[in-house]
Amino acid sequence: MLRNHRLLNRYGYYYLMLVPALLGFILFHYIPLYGILIAFKDYKFIRGVWDSPWVGFEHFRELFESFFFLRVLKNTLIISALKLVFGFAVPILLAILFNELRNKAFKGVAQTISYVPHFMSWVILAGIFAEIFSPNHGIVNYVITLFGGKPIYFLASVDHFVGVLITTHVWQTMGWGSIIYLAAIAGINQEQYESATIDGASRFQQIRHITLPSLIPVMTIVFILNLSGVLAAGFDQVFNLYNEAVYEVGDILDTYVYRIGILKAEYSFATAIGLFQNLVGLILVLTANTIIKRFNEHGIW
Amino acid sequence: MEFGKELIPIRATRSLGDKIFDTSNVIFIFILTLLFIYPFWNLIVISFTSAKFSNLPGLQLLPQEVSLDAYRSLFNDPIIYTAYLNTFIRTAVGTGIILFVTFFAACALSKRDLPMRKWITFIMLITLFFNGGVIPTYLNISNLGLMNSLWSLILPGMANAWYIILMRNFLMSFSSELEDAAMIDGANPLQVSLRIILPLSKPIIAVVALWSAVYHWNAWYDALLYIRSEKYYVLQFLVQKVMKQDLTSASGKGNFVRFTGNTSSEALRAATIVASIVPILLAYPFVQKHFVKGIMVGSLKG
Repeated sequence: MLRNHRLLNRYGYYYLMLVPALLGFILFHYIPLYGILIAFKDYKFIRGVWDSPWVGFEHFRELFESFFFLRVLKNTLIISALKLVFGFAVPILLAILFNELRNKAFKGVAQTISYVPHFMSWVILAGIFAEIFSPNHGIVNYVITLFGGKPIYFLASVDHFVGVLITTHVWQTMGWGSIIYLAAIAGINQEQYESATIDGASRFQQIRHITLPSLIPVMTIVFILNLSGVLAAGFDQVFNLYNEAVYEVGDILDTYVYRIGILKAEYSFATAIGLFQNLVGLILVLTANTIIKRFNEHGIW
Repeated sequence: MEFGKELIPIRATRSLGDKIFDTSNVIFIFILTLLFIYPFWNLIVISFTSAKFSNLPGLQLLPQEVSLDAYRSLFNDPIIYTAYLNTFIRTAVGTGIILFVTFFAACALSKRDLPMRKWITFIMLITLFFNGGVIPTYLNISNLGLMNSLWSLILPGMANAWYIILMRNFLMSFSSELEDAAMIDGANPLQVSLRIILPLSKPIIAVVALWSAVYHWNAWYDALLYIRSEKYYVLQFLVQKVMKQDLTSASGKGNFVRFTGNTSSEALRAATIVASIVPILLAYPFVQKHFVKGIMVGSLKG
């Protein structure tokens, strides 16, 4: 009796310690989840969620018949796929190159500098790149004109906007992204390299056969995590860099949702898109995780 | 390889191919580093350039004509001070709240024998993959009566599953001997957390504190959604407004920063951006290694 009382007392405190977090999750994550119901209703702000008329899957039907939705879906997938490919590969290459540097001081400084873009918000970076890619006074066009070309208005050009997105995204993320791979490389048994050298393996061969394979577990996890965000495509970046001239290729799901949802108050339609994104993201993560588990032992869980 | 060479440290002998690779690597990384530095340098240079030269093409490695007028305009306008103050407040209070929430939740969850531990962890993890979306979140803030207040910026981020799990894993690596001893002496778990675990958790608290601080300092989307009046503007949001406005009129109508003197929109925009990132850039060299350690701990152990 006394022991039970003490046990309850003990666990009671721990539950108390969980209250702030649970409160935060309920208030700011779970209650909004209830708001997802809006996607199935013809939501009228005045009537509230409960009293607004139910319309079932009407909005989802509208989605797939909507020219704009299909366009932004296409843009989102293209941009995400490109970011996935380049944003995934480049940090790995960079980690390998960093690792091969012999001068520790140089390596340290170069790495530290490469992380800085990661800490800048896209409001800042968009301001910086608006300058860099400016048709009148940006360095990129300056170099182009030096070689006799004509200036390109990168940020307003349908042909170039996506390229700018991908390039600047890689620029921002490659340094920080390389950290996790460098940490994994640091954990490789050095003897493997030594015996490979004795066997006559070249630098490149060692990288291909020792370094890269050992990175596969990390690559898997990073890839799965990136995959779950494939319908996101980077709102912060696109929102701050885009303008009407490039909506055709640059408008993504999240920016479209912002405009029609927040600015035009088409709440139900916008929520339907959000739900769609969540579901697809979830399915992708689960599927990818299951598939990868068949080949490795490593998944996310 | 000849037999004799096995006695020499293997890596010390480099073939010609190796040397070419190493040199190219250094050159490549050097150029890459310049590519990281240049955009920021360009920005700083423009902010110090006078109106006449600031929108001319060129490399802009140094200001063609130095002028502090962009900064004079900027700091003459009270809104920059308001924005700085609000940003400091939200960063300090927001980070404090996050640490409070995260630390106690992590302490509780680190107890392997806590009943329903797996379920509680699960409902926290879900929030990482599934969220209401912009509209429900926006409507929620509105319903909570937080619109147009600093609380709408401070509170929503208070519970972060990523930080909680990270801290929990760190705490789980402690042996329970110290705690058990304290409990036998009659201390309750709360006291144990504060007196014993907290001092030992400084590394992980530093990491979470830094991540939270960066998040709050850089946040702008929440301000875009929820803030209507100028007195609650935060720095990044101000920068964004300045970026999108037309600064070529000196009349001050509808502008967020008024012109004074000899400056141009480019220089003024650049100056505003510089003003908003200076604190981060100054603090960065000192705190950088904590960030790196944090992500390594988080990713490899998690």
